[in-house]
Amino acid sequence: MTENGWFQIALFFLLIVLIARPLGIYMADVFERRKTFLDPLLAPIERLLYRLTGVEADKEMRWTEYGIAMLLFSLVSMLVLYLIERVQTWLPWNPQHWPNVPAVLALNTAASFTANTNWQSYVPETTMSYLTQMAGLAYHNFTSAAVGMALAIAMVRGISRREQNTLGNFWVDATRAILWVLLPISIVFALALVSQGVVQNLRPYDTARLLESQKVVTQDSAGRSVTQTVATQTIAQGPVASQEAIKMLGTNGGGFFNTNSAHPFENPTPFSNLLEMLAIFAIAAGLTVTMGHMTHSPRHGWAVFAAMGILFFAGVTTAYWAEARGNPLMHGVAQQTSATQAGGNMEGKEVRFGIANSALFATVTTDASCGAVNGMHDSFTPLGGMVPMVNIMLGEIIFGGVGAGLYGMLIFVILSVFIAGLMVGRTPEYLGKKIEAYDVKMAMLYVLVFPLLILGFTAVTVLLPHLGLSSLANAGPHGLSEVLYAFTSAAGNNGSAFAGLNANTNYYNLTLAIVMLCGRFLMIVPMLAVAGNLARKKIAPASAGTFPVTTPLFTILLTGVIVIVGALTFFPALTLGPILEHLLMYAGKTF
Amino acid sequence: MRKQFITACLYTLVTTVLLGLGYPLAVTGLAHLLMPAKANGELIAKDGVVVGSKLIGQSFTGPGYFNGRPSAAGTGYDAANSSGSNLGPTNATLIARVDQSVHAWQTREAQHENAHTNVPIDLVTTSGSGLDPDITVAAAEYQVASVAQVRGLPKDQVAQLVKAHIEPRQFGVLGEPCVNVLELNLALDAMAAQRK
Repeated sequence: MTENGWFQIALFFLLIVLIARPLGIYMADVFERRKTFLDPLLAPIERLLYRLTGVEADKEMRWTEYGIAMLLFSLVSMLVLYLIERVQTWLPWNPQHWPNVPAVLALNTAASFTANTNWQSYVPETTMSYLTQMAGLAYHNFTSAAVGMALAIAMVRGISRREQNTLGNFWVDATRAILWVLLPISIVFALALVSQGVVQNLRPYDTARLLESQKVVTQDSAGRSVTQTVATQTIAQGPVASQEAIKMLGTNGGGFFNTNSAHPFENPTPFSNLLEMLAIFAIAAGLTVTMGHMTHSPRHGWAVFAAMGILFFAGVTTAYWAEARGNPLMHGVAQQTSATQAGGNMEGKEVRFGIANSALFATVTTDASCGAVNGMHDSFTPLGGMVPMVNIMLGEIIFGGVGAGLYGMLIFVILSVFIAGLMVGRTPEYLGKKIEAYDVKMAMLYVLVFPLLILGFTAVTVLLPHLGLSSLANAGPHGLSEVLYAFTSAAGNNGSAFAGLNANTNYYNLTLAIVMLCGRFLMIVPMLAVAGNLARKKIAPASAGTFPVTTPLFTILLTGVIVIVGALTFFPALTLGPILEHLLMYAGKTF
Repeated sequence: MRKQFITACLYTLVTTVLLGLGYPLAVTGLAHLLMPAKANGELIAKDGVVVGSKLIGQSFTGPGYFNGRPSAAGTGYDAANSSGSNLGPTNATLIARVDQSVHAWQTREAQHENAHTNVPIDLVTTSGSGLDPDITVAAAEYQVASVAQVRGLPKDQVAQLVKAHIEPRQFGVLGEPCVNVLELNLALDAMAAQRK
């Protein structure tokens, strides 16, 4: 670990704190339909969009209507994505002439991108046409993010409104999220990425003549080794920057290339890396401020932000420490930090990022439900790789996905307030609303769906040698980690992977698709039910028995509830995976 | 419900045109107007032939060039098939592969002063993308003596060349210092050609 490494981590977080307030207040203006500086440009487009699609912008929706509109839009857009994948070979912008995507893979991918997960069972640069990436995948990066933001705002309205039956209009919230927030920032961000070297073109792959031709040993049909000389390098191209921008900003995480943000064309410099990490947290961090403003309790917003910050630093510290220690099983190599190298466990990491930025990126991308990677989590040390997994297991609420992070966190806030109420023996209140049995039941439903999906599917999969275990790339406890990570990532709508696992099989494509859809939509329904129920309630004046939600004590209690719920649920599984592997690694055992 | 369904269909259609086509094509246009070389991948041409991209690593394994890192992309540095090894830290295949690389390096450097030093970690590990264009400064310096010998160049000149190709941290703060292998080797070729 180096001073510079810590400095870069601290700098990153400082910038997030600085971005959160102005962006958060701006988003509050956007969703409460107040004037913003972009109105002259965007208001006509907004009106046109409503006219073309038949949206009645002033019609308010009850939570059930809001939910149905959201589900219908998700369903229709998912089917369109599936269709595009299935016919891409006959559509334009397919310069490499990729065939249509097979049905099960196309289904998995459509579910994955609709659920804001961006789990990728395919190798993009050998599977997807430019059109599929632009109009199918990057499109969903916008809409699934907008859906998340709309839902978070609906939840916030549930908290702030009193004695009302409605939560806003889904179409209006989604549209304003797209036009006022996601699209303008993406355009600027994409161009900033191009300035660093992220490619943006529609040309066929380039061919370069190698300086030193390459001897490649392959096997012929009879199984004999054949040495071939390769004198050229094919360089994949594409409209990367436009997709990269929204992939980060919308916490989607699906790479244009197989190795995602480790690929130099997706993330060429340390500055592009910083921008990408900032984009992952920006909206989620800003939404805590938005929430504070919309509920007229800005300090509550910051108290929630602080809980997220504490959990973020706990993760990044652990990951950085574990990765900087290196791999004790490797001998004859210099893994110590010196004046001329960063050292540490460099398997699966890029030199330009080194250890600090790889550990930081891994933490950020899994705190938020992004899932982009700039190093291969599968090759992290056991404890270093456990950090991303635990981040997702805590429920994707450490800033979390855009929108999803905030509404997930608010569910934990309700639980914390409930537990605080139990401790003092009073009816729990949250910002003046009484929290009653129905709210807590729905909140617990939200909390319980998640581990049920992860642990249930992991348990079944490791009992299936032909369907489940044959896809493993690593043996021993690391193999369990691969399966556990896959279902954790899918349920948490993260999308990162211990990528050695060959998930492009019918079994994994189908089970992961189910888990991704359930992890998204089965959790949204109880959340919206809570929001709808809260909106109907009266506001009771605060009394001496009210637990304040703006204090450090609240932040500590909230952090404690999150950690305890996560630890109680997942500690046994983690013990058999990364923790066991860590102990065996230091005992000198390989698999 | 029926009305919402129709809205959902129309909304998908309209936003696909706006976000799926309008946005990426507008960004493509702007990028090509403002930064055409960057938008096309910073390709390097030598004598009118593209010899690679500044950003994409190439396979160098012989002793006459500075070697990059091992690669798990395709058959090695396949820039149309990026991939990491995805081998876990306790995977026996990984440890054996590293041991083998360490042995190969120590054999190559046997007659030089670094014969008994530990090999810089990046030279024996694969990168995340399999296309890492860089090596650490330590890894470049480690190879100076043997490259100079094979090329018949004075060692201090080659060392100077490495020094000139060190890319410091961006803005003095971000990332890690590194050396771009393709650019260094192109400069090495130019230096060798000049001496002839």
